[in-house]
Amino acid sequence: MKKVYNSAAEALDGLLHDGMFIAAGGFGLCGIPELLLGAIKDAGTKDLTFASNNAGVDDFGIGILLQTKQVKKMISSYVGENAEFMRQYLSGELELEFNPQGTLAERMRAGGCGIPGFYTKTGVGTVIAEGKEHKDFNGETYIMEEGIFADLAIVKAWKADATGNLVFRKTARNFNPPAAMCGKTCVVEVEEIVPTGSLDPDTIHLPGIYVHRIIQGEHEKRIEQRTTRAA
Amino acid sequence: MAWDRNQMAERAAQELQDGWYVNLGIGIPTLVSNYIPDGIEVTLQSENGMLGMGPFPTEDNIDADLINAGKQTITELPQTAYFDSAQSFGMIRGGKIAMAILGAMEVAENGDLANWMIPGKLVKGMGGAMDLVAGVGRVVVVMDHTNKHGDSKVLKECSLPLTGQKVVDRIITNLGVLDVVEGGLKIVETAEGVTEDELRAATEAKIV
Repeated sequence: MKKVYNSAAEALDGLLHDGMFIAAGGFGLCGIPELLLGAIKDAGTKDLTFASNNAGVDDFGIGILLQTKQVKKMISSYVGENAEFMRQYLSGELELEFNPQGTLAERMRAGGCGIPGFYTKTGVGTVIAEGKEHKDFNGETYIMEEGIFADLAIVKAWKADATGNLVFRKTARNFNPPAAMCGKTCVVEVEEIVPTGSLDPDTIHLPGIYVHRIIQGEHEKRIEQRTTRAA
Repeated sequence: MAWDRNQMAERAAQELQDGWYVNLGIGIPTLVSNYIPDGIEVTLQSENGMLGMGPFPTEDNIDADLINAGKQTITELPQTAYFDSAQSFGMIRGGKIAMAILGAMEVAENGDLANWMIPGKLVKGMGGAMDLVAGVGRVVVVMDHTNKHGDSKVLKECSLPLTGQKVVDRIITNLGVLDVVEGGLKIVETAEGVTEDELRAATEAKIV
Protein backbone atom coordinates (compact mmCIF):
# COMPACT_ATOMS: atom_id res chain seq x y z
CA MET A 1 0.00 0.00 0.00
CA LYS A 2 1.37 3.35 -1.03
CA LYS A 3 1.82 5.82 1.83
CA VAL A 4 4.00 8.42 0.12
CA TYR A 5 2.18 11.35 -1.51
CA ASN A 6 3.52 14.17 -3.65
CA SER A 7 2.12 17.17 -1.80
CA ALA A 8 0.35 18.17 1.41
CA ALA A 9 -2.85 18.86 -0.55
CA GLU A 10 -2.72 15.42 -2.17
CA ALA A 11 -2.02 13.72 1.17
CA LEU A 12 -5.08 15.38 2.74
CA ASP A 13 -7.37 14.69 -0.21
CA GLY A 14 -10.56 12.99 0.96
CA LEU A 15 -9.69 13.33 4.64
CA LEU A 16 -11.02 16.81 5.40
CA HIS A 17 -14.56 17.78 6.30
CA ASP A 18 -16.16 20.72 8.09
CA GLY A 19 -16.53 20.28 11.85
CA MET A 20 -13.81 17.66 12.13
CA PHE A 21 -11.49 17.03 15.08
CA ILE A 22 -7.76 17.27 14.38
CA ALA A 23 -4.86 16.44 16.71
CA ALA A 24 -1.70 18.34 15.81
CA GLY A 25 1.87 17.78 16.98
CA GLY A 26 4.33 20.49 17.96
CA PHE A 27 5.35 22.58 20.95
CA GLY A 28 5.28 26.31 20.34
CA LEU A 29 6.55 26.56 16.76
CA CYS A 30 8.92 23.62 17.22
CA GLY A 31 8.04 20.46 15.32
CA ILE A 32 4.72 21.74 13.98
CA PRO A 33 3.20 20.29 10.79
CA GLU A 34 3.55 23.59 8.95
CA LEU A 35 2.99 22.21 5.43
CA LEU A 36 -0.18 20.32 6.35
CA LEU A 37 -1.56 23.36 8.19
CA GLY A 38 -0.95 25.38 5.04
CA ALA A 39 -2.84 22.81 2.97
CA ILE A 40 -5.78 22.85 5.39
CA LYS A 41 -5.89 26.62 5.04
CA ASP A 42 -5.95 26.29 1.24
CA ALA A 43 -8.68 23.63 1.46
CA GLY A 44 -10.84 26.05 3.45
CA THR A 45 -12.18 23.37 5.82
CA LYS A 46 -14.22 25.09 8.53
CA ASP A 47 -15.44 24.68 12.13
CA LEU A 48 -12.34 22.72 13.08
CA THR A 49 -11.56 21.55 16.60
CA PHE A 50 -7.85 21.28 17.28
CA ALA A 51 -6.14 19.40 20.08
CA SER A 52 -2.76 21.10 20.03
CA ASN A 53 -0.56 22.26 22.89
CA ASN A 54 -0.33 25.77 21.45
CA ALA A 55 -2.09 27.85 18.82
CA GLY A 56 0.94 29.11 16.93
CA VAL A 57 1.60 32.81 16.40
CA ASP A 58 -0.46 35.21 14.26
CA ASP A 59 1.12 34.27 10.94
CA PHE A 60 2.56 30.79 11.58
CA GLY A 61 1.31 27.46 12.82
CA ILE A 62 -2.38 27.15 13.69
CA GLY A 63 -2.43 30.97 13.71
CA ILE A 64 -2.86 30.95 9.93
CA LEU A 65 -6.15 29.05 10.34
CA LEU A 66 -7.33 31.49 12.99
CA GLN A 67 -6.83 34.37 10.54
CA THR A 68 -9.16 32.65 8.08
CA LYS A 69 -11.61 31.77 10.90
CA GLN A 70 -11.45 28.05 10.15
CA VAL A 71 -11.09 27.08 13.82
CA LYS A 72 -14.11 26.65 16.09
CA LYS A 73 -12.41 25.26 19.17
CA MET A 74 -8.93 24.80 20.61
CA ILE A 75 -7.90 22.24 23.24
CA SER A 76 -4.56 23.59 24.44
CA SER A 77 -2.39 24.18 27.50
CA TYR A 78 -0.90 27.53 26.56
CA VAL A 79 -2.00 30.07 23.97
CA GLY A 80 -0.16 33.18 25.10
CA GLU A 81 1.71 34.04 21.93
CA ASN A 82 -1.19 34.74 19.61
CA ALA A 83 -3.00 38.10 19.52
CA GLU A 84 -5.62 37.04 16.94
CA PHE A 85 -6.41 34.00 19.08
CA MET A 86 -7.06 36.26 22.07
CA ARG A 87 -9.21 38.61 20.04
CA GLN A 88 -11.43 35.78 18.76
CA TYR A 89 -11.57 34.14 22.17
CA LEU A 90 -12.54 37.31 24.03
CA SER A 91 -15.20 38.15 21.43
CA GLY A 92 -16.70 34.66 21.82
CA GLU A 93 -15.95 33.55 18.23
CA LEU A 94 -13.58 30.84 19.41
CA GLU A 95 -14.08 28.15 22.04
CA LEU A 96 -11.16 27.28 24.27
CA GLU A 97 -10.67 24.27 26.52
CA PHE A 98 -7.57 24.54 28.66
CA ASN A 99 -5.92 21.22 29.47
CA PRO A 100 -2.83 20.91 31.66
CA GLN A 101 0.01 20.06 29.30
CA GLY A 102 0.65 16.59 30.67
CA THR A 103 -3.05 15.82 30.76
CA LEU A 104 -3.33 16.81 27.10
CA ALA A 105 -0.36 14.62 26.13
CA GLU A 106 -1.74 11.67 28.10
CA ARG A 107 -5.23 12.17 26.66
CA MET A 108 -3.71 11.77 23.20
CA ARG A 109 -1.56 8.81 24.19
CA ALA A 110 -4.49 7.13 25.94
CA GLY A 111 -6.80 7.63 22.96
CA GLY A 112 -4.18 6.08 20.70
CA CYS A 113 -3.94 3.11 23.07
CA GLY A 114 -7.69 2.55 23.20
CA ILE A 115 -8.03 3.93 26.71
CA PRO A 116 -11.18 6.10 26.99
CA GLY A 117 -10.37 7.52 30.44
CA PHE A 118 -7.68 7.66 33.10
CA TYR A 119 -7.19 9.15 36.56
CA THR A 120 -4.67 11.85 37.40
CA LYS A 121 -3.83 14.06 40.37
CA THR A 122 -3.15 16.97 38.02
CA GLY A 123 -5.70 19.72 38.54
CA VAL A 124 -7.38 18.35 41.68
CA GLY A 125 -8.75 21.30 43.65
CA THR A 126 -8.55 23.66 40.64
CA VAL A 127 -11.04 24.82 38.00
CA ILE A 128 -9.80 21.96 35.81
CA ALA A 129 -11.44 19.46 38.17
CA GLU A 130 -14.88 21.08 38.05
CA GLY A 131 -17.52 18.68 36.75
CA LYS A 132 -15.11 15.76 36.52
CA GLU A 133 -15.39 12.44 38.31
CA HIS A 134 -13.27 12.30 41.49
CA LYS A 135 -12.01 9.02 42.85
CA ASP A 136 -9.71 8.10 45.72
CA PHE A 137 -6.88 5.60 45.34
CA ASN A 138 -4.72 4.75 48.37
CA GLY A 139 -5.98 7.80 50.25
CA GLU A 140 -5.28 10.30 47.45
CA THR A 141 -7.85 12.02 45.27
CA TYR A 142 -7.66 11.84 41.49
CA ILE A 143 -9.84 13.16 38.66
CA MET A 144 -10.86 11.34 35.53
CA GLU A 145 -9.69 12.66 32.18
CA GLU A 146 -10.83 11.28 28.84
CA GLY A 147 -8.73 9.89 26.02
CA ILE A 148 -8.73 11.87 22.77
CA PHE A 149 -9.94 10.14 19.62
CA ALA A 150 -9.33 12.51 16.72
CA ASP A 151 -10.61 12.19 13.15
CA LEU A 152 -7.20 13.17 11.84
CA ALA A 153 -3.68 13.58 13.21
CA ILE A 154 -1.22 15.91 11.52
CA VAL A 155 2.37 15.44 12.52
CA LYS A 156 5.90 16.59 11.70
CA ALA A 157 8.86 14.19 11.86
CA TRP A 158 12.47 14.42 10.75
CA LYS A 159 12.74 11.28 8.64
CA ALA A 160 10.40 8.57 7.45
CA ASP A 161 10.81 5.51 5.34
CA ALA A 162 8.16 4.62 2.76
CA THR A 163 6.38 2.35 5.26
CA GLY A 164 5.88 5.26 7.70
CA ASN A 165 8.48 4.39 10.32
CA LEU A 166 9.41 7.74 11.88
CA VAL A 167 12.43 9.35 13.46
CA PHE A 168 12.13 12.70 15.18
CA ARG A 169 14.88 15.17 15.95
CA LYS A 170 15.71 16.63 19.40
CA THR A 171 12.86 18.52 21.10
CA ALA A 172 10.87 18.65 17.85
CA ARG A 173 9.49 15.25 18.88
CA ASN A 174 7.29 16.70 21.70
CA PHE A 175 3.56 16.13 21.02
CA ASN A 176 4.06 14.49 17.62
CA PRO A 177 4.04 10.79 18.66
CA PRO A 178 1.00 11.05 20.99
CA ALA A 179 -0.86 13.16 18.40
CA ALA A 180 -0.06 10.63 15.67
CA MET A 181 -1.35 7.79 17.82
CA CYS A 182 -4.75 9.33 18.60
CA GLY A 183 -5.80 10.05 15.03
CA LYS A 184 -8.09 7.71 13.12
CA THR A 185 -5.94 8.69 10.16
CA CYS A 186 -2.45 10.12 10.55
CA VAL A 187 -0.70 12.26 7.94
CA VAL A 188 2.98 13.03 8.47
CA GLU A 189 5.27 15.60 6.89
CA VAL A 190 9.01 14.97 7.04
CA GLU A 191 12.21 16.66 5.96
CA GLU A 192 13.43 13.52 4.26
CA ILE A 193 11.95 10.23 3.08
CA VAL A 194 14.74 7.68 3.21
CA PRO A 195 14.91 4.26 1.53
CA THR A 196 13.12 1.53 3.48
CA GLY A 197 15.78 -0.46 5.28
CA SER A 198 18.09 2.49 5.86
CA LEU A 199 16.66 3.34 9.29
CA ASP A 200 18.05 1.20 12.10
CA PRO A 201 14.95 -0.67 13.38
CA ASP A 202 16.21 -0.16 16.94
CA THR A 203 16.15 3.62 16.60
CA ILE A 204 12.65 4.12 15.18
CA HIS A 205 10.68 6.45 17.47
CA LEU A 206 7.22 5.72 16.08
CA PRO A 207 6.49 2.60 14.01
CA GLY A 208 4.68 2.95 10.70
CA ILE A 209 1.54 1.25 11.96
CA TYR A 210 0.42 4.68 13.20
CA VAL A 211 1.18 6.43 9.91
CA HIS A 212 -1.11 6.39 6.87
CA ARG A 213 0.19 9.09 4.55
CA ILE A 214 3.59 10.79 4.23
CA ILE A 215 4.91 13.81 2.42
CA GLN A 216 8.38 15.27 2.17
CA GLY A 217 8.91 19.02 1.98
CA GLU A 218 10.92 22.12 2.81
CA HIS A 219 10.30 23.46 6.31
CA GLU A 220 10.71 27.01 7.50
CA LYS A 221 11.20 25.88 11.13
CA ARG A 222 10.67 29.32 12.62
CA ILE A 223 12.25 30.08 16.02
CA GLU A 224 10.02 31.72 18.64
CA GLN A 225 12.60 32.86 21.21
CA ARG A 226 16.05 33.19 19.72
CA THR A 227 18.24 33.17 22.82
CA THR A 228 22.03 33.06 22.70
CA ARG A 229 25.10 33.48 24.84
CA ALA A 230 28.38 35.17 23.86
CA ALA A 231 30.76 32.91 21.94
CA MET B 1 18.10 45.06 52.50
CA ALA B 2 16.74 41.90 50.99
CA TRP B 3 17.80 39.37 48.41
CA ASP B 4 17.75 40.38 44.76
CA ARG B 5 16.73 38.02 41.94
CA ASN B 6 20.16 36.46 41.68
CA GLN B 7 20.52 36.01 45.42
CA MET B 8 17.10 34.32 45.53
CA ALA B 9 18.22 32.00 42.74
CA GLU B 10 21.49 31.32 44.56
CA ARG B 11 19.56 30.46 47.74
CA ALA B 12 17.20 28.21 45.78
CA ALA B 13 20.20 26.39 44.28
CA GLN B 14 21.09 25.24 47.80
CA GLU B 15 17.92 23.11 47.69
CA LEU B 16 19.51 20.89 45.04
CA GLN B 17 20.85 17.49 46.01
CA ASP B 18 23.38 15.34 44.21
CA GLY B 19 21.83 13.04 41.63
CA TRP B 20 18.49 14.82 41.46
CA TYR B 21 16.43 15.33 38.32
CA VAL B 22 14.93 18.82 38.56
CA ASN B 23 12.54 21.03 36.62
CA LEU B 24 13.12 24.79 36.70
CA GLY B 25 10.29 27.17 35.82
CA ILE B 26 10.48 30.37 33.82
CA GLY B 27 11.90 33.59 35.34
CA ILE B 28 13.99 33.56 38.54
CA PRO B 29 13.91 29.71 38.70
CA THR B 30 15.80 29.60 35.38
CA LEU B 31 18.63 31.56 37.05
CA VAL B 32 19.06 28.73 39.57
CA SER B 33 21.11 26.81 37.01
CA ASN B 34 23.81 29.51 37.30
CA TYR B 35 24.37 28.66 40.98
CA ILE B 36 24.48 24.85 41.14
CA PRO B 37 26.92 24.17 44.01
CA ASP B 38 30.25 22.48 43.29
CA GLY B 39 30.15 18.73 43.72
CA ILE B 40 26.38 18.56 43.14
CA GLU B 41 25.32 16.89 39.93
CA VAL B 42 21.76 17.62 38.86
CA THR B 43 20.01 16.89 35.58
CA LEU B 44 17.60 19.55 34.37
CA GLN B 45 14.38 18.44 32.74
CA SER B 46 12.63 20.53 30.12
CA GLU B 47 9.04 19.32 29.99
CA ASN B 48 8.80 19.65 26.20
CA GLY B 49 10.83 16.44 26.08
CA MET B 50 14.42 16.60 27.29
CA LEU B 51 16.61 15.57 30.19
CA GLY B 52 20.05 17.13 30.43
CA MET B 53 19.36 20.69 29.34
CA GLY B 54 22.48 22.66 28.41
CA PRO B 55 23.12 26.44 28.27
CA PHE B 56 21.90 28.85 25.58
CA PRO B 57 23.68 28.33 22.24
CA THR B 58 26.21 30.65 20.67
CA GLU B 59 24.91 32.43 17.56
CA ASP B 60 26.40 29.84 15.18
CA ASN B 61 25.03 26.95 17.21
CA ILE B 62 21.29 27.74 17.12
CA ASP B 63 19.01 24.83 16.27
CA ALA B 64 15.28 25.37 15.67
CA ASP B 65 14.65 21.77 16.79
CA LEU B 66 16.22 22.37 20.20
CA ILE B 67 14.25 24.59 22.57
CA ASN B 68 13.30 24.63 26.24
CA ALA B 69 9.81 24.84 27.74
CA GLY B 70 10.01 28.64 27.53
CA LYS B 71 10.53 28.20 23.75
CA GLN B 72 14.08 29.55 24.03
CA THR B 73 16.87 28.04 21.95
CA ILE B 74 19.17 25.88 24.09
CA THR B 75 21.88 23.22 23.72
CA GLU B 76 22.33 19.58 24.67
CA LEU B 77 24.89 17.95 26.94
CA PRO B 78 26.73 14.62 26.68
CA GLN B 79 24.09 12.97 28.93
CA THR B 80 21.06 14.47 27.14
CA ALA B 81 18.07 12.29 26.30
CA TYR B 82 14.99 13.25 24.28
CA PHE B 83 11.46 11.83 24.53
CA ASP B 84 7.90 12.79 23.65
CA SER B 85 5.51 14.92 25.71
CA ALA B 86 3.52 11.95 27.00
CA GLN B 87 6.64 10.31 28.40
CA SER B 88 7.89 13.66 29.69
CA PHE B 89 4.77 14.18 31.76
CA GLY B 90 4.76 10.49 32.61
CA MET B 91 8.01 11.01 34.48
CA ILE B 92 6.60 14.15 36.10
CA ARG B 93 3.28 12.55 37.10
CA GLY B 94 5.09 9.39 38.10
CA GLY B 95 7.15 11.21 40.72
CA LYS B 96 10.51 10.67 39.01
CA ILE B 97 11.38 14.37 39.08
CA ALA B 98 12.72 15.11 42.57
CA MET B 99 11.93 18.80 42.64
CA ALA B 100 10.39 21.68 40.73
CA ILE B 101 11.36 25.28 41.39
CA LEU B 102 8.60 27.61 40.20
CA GLY B 103 7.52 31.22 40.32
CA ALA B 104 4.16 32.17 41.85
CA MET B 105 1.59 34.93 42.14
CA GLU B 106 0.29 33.73 45.51
CA VAL B 107 1.03 30.97 48.01
CA ALA B 108 -1.22 30.10 50.96
CA GLU B 109 -0.27 28.82 54.41
CA ASN B 110 -1.60 25.35 53.57
CA GLY B 111 0.62 25.10 50.49
CA ASP B 112 -1.97 26.13 47.91
CA LEU B 113 -0.34 27.70 44.87
CA ALA B 114 -1.70 30.19 42.33
CA ASN B 115 0.49 31.06 39.38
CA TRP B 116 -1.48 30.67 36.17
CA MET B 117 -4.33 33.13 35.83
CA ILE B 118 -5.78 36.43 36.99
CA PRO B 119 -9.54 36.59 36.38
CA GLY B 120 -10.43 39.42 34.01
CA LYS B 121 -6.92 39.57 32.61
CA LEU B 122 -5.48 37.87 29.58
CA VAL B 123 -5.38 34.12 30.27
CA LYS B 124 -2.51 32.37 28.56
CA GLY B 125 -2.92 28.92 30.05
CA MET B 126 -1.34 26.76 32.71
CA GLY B 127 1.11 24.99 30.41
CA GLY B 128 2.75 22.23 32.45
CA ALA B 129 2.51 23.95 35.85
CA MET B 130 -0.48 21.95 37.16
CA ASP B 131 1.15 18.66 36.17
CA LEU B 132 4.45 19.63 37.77
CA VAL B 133 3.07 20.71 41.15
CA ALA B 134 0.84 17.64 41.34
CA GLY B 135 3.55 15.20 40.32
CA VAL B 136 7.06 16.09 41.44
CA GLY B 137 8.56 15.08 44.77
CA ARG B 138 9.11 18.56 46.17
CA VAL B 139 7.78 21.98 45.11
CA VAL B 140 9.84 25.07 45.92
CA VAL B 141 8.41 28.48 45.07
CA VAL B 142 10.67 31.44 44.38
CA MET B 143 8.97 34.84 44.25
CA ASP B 144 8.91 38.36 45.68
CA HIS B 145 7.33 38.41 49.11
CA THR B 146 4.96 41.26 48.22
CA ASN B 147 3.37 42.55 45.02
CA LYS B 148 4.02 45.95 43.48
CA HIS B 149 1.41 47.53 45.79
CA GLY B 150 3.27 46.15 48.81
CA ASP B 151 0.59 43.53 49.58
CA SER B 152 1.72 40.15 50.84
CA LYS B 153 1.80 37.27 48.35
CA VAL B 154 2.15 34.81 51.22
CA LEU B 155 -1.48 34.51 52.26
CA LYS B 156 -3.94 32.76 54.55
CA GLU B 157 -5.83 31.72 51.43
CA CYS B 158 -5.14 32.29 47.75
CA SER B 159 -7.52 34.75 46.09
CA LEU B 160 -6.55 33.68 42.55
CA PRO B 161 -7.55 30.41 40.84
CA LEU B 162 -5.29 27.61 42.05
CA THR B 163 -2.60 25.80 40.12
CA GLY B 164 -2.47 23.13 42.80
CA GLN B 165 -3.93 22.37 46.20
CA LYS B 166 -1.56 21.87 49.17
CA VAL B 167 1.41 21.36 46.87
CA VAL B 168 4.10 23.82 48.03
CA ASP B 169 6.82 22.57 50.38
CA ARG B 170 9.10 25.63 50.66
CA ILE B 171 8.84 29.33 49.78
CA ILE B 172 11.94 31.37 49.00
CA THR B 173 11.30 35.12 48.71
CA ASN B 174 13.39 38.28 48.71
CA LEU B 175 12.85 38.40 52.50
CA GLY B 176 13.63 34.84 53.51
CA VAL B 177 12.73 31.16 53.47
CA LEU B 178 9.53 29.61 54.85
CA ASP B 179 8.39 26.00 55.05
CA VAL B 180 4.80 24.82 54.81
CA VAL B 181 4.18 22.81 57.98
CA GLU B 182 1.19 21.57 59.96
CA GLY B 183 -0.93 24.60 60.90
CA GLY B 184 0.91 27.25 58.88
CA LEU B 185 4.34 28.41 57.83
CA LYS B 186 7.62 28.08 59.67
CA ILE B 187 10.45 30.56 59.23
CA VAL B 188 13.58 28.72 58.08
CA GLU B 189 15.77 31.78 57.69
CA THR B 190 15.63 35.49 56.91
CA ALA B 191 17.46 37.18 54.05
CA GLU B 192 20.60 39.11 54.84
CA GLY B 193 19.64 42.36 56.57
CA VAL B 194 16.00 41.33 57.08
CA THR B 195 14.72 40.85 60.61
CA GLU B 196 12.22 38.20 61.62
CA ASP B 197 9.80 41.00 62.55
CA GLU B 198 10.07 42.46 59.04
CA LEU B 199 9.42 39.05 57.51
CA ARG B 200 6.40 38.51 59.76
CA ALA B 201 5.04 41.99 58.98
CA ALA B 202 5.18 41.28 55.23
CA THR B 203 3.44 37.91 55.64
CA GLU B 204 -0.34 37.57 55.83
CA ALA B 205 -0.20 33.80 56.36
CA LYS B 206 -0.04 32.35 59.85
CA ILE B 207 3.51 31.75 61.02
CA VAL B 208 3.86 28.96 63.56
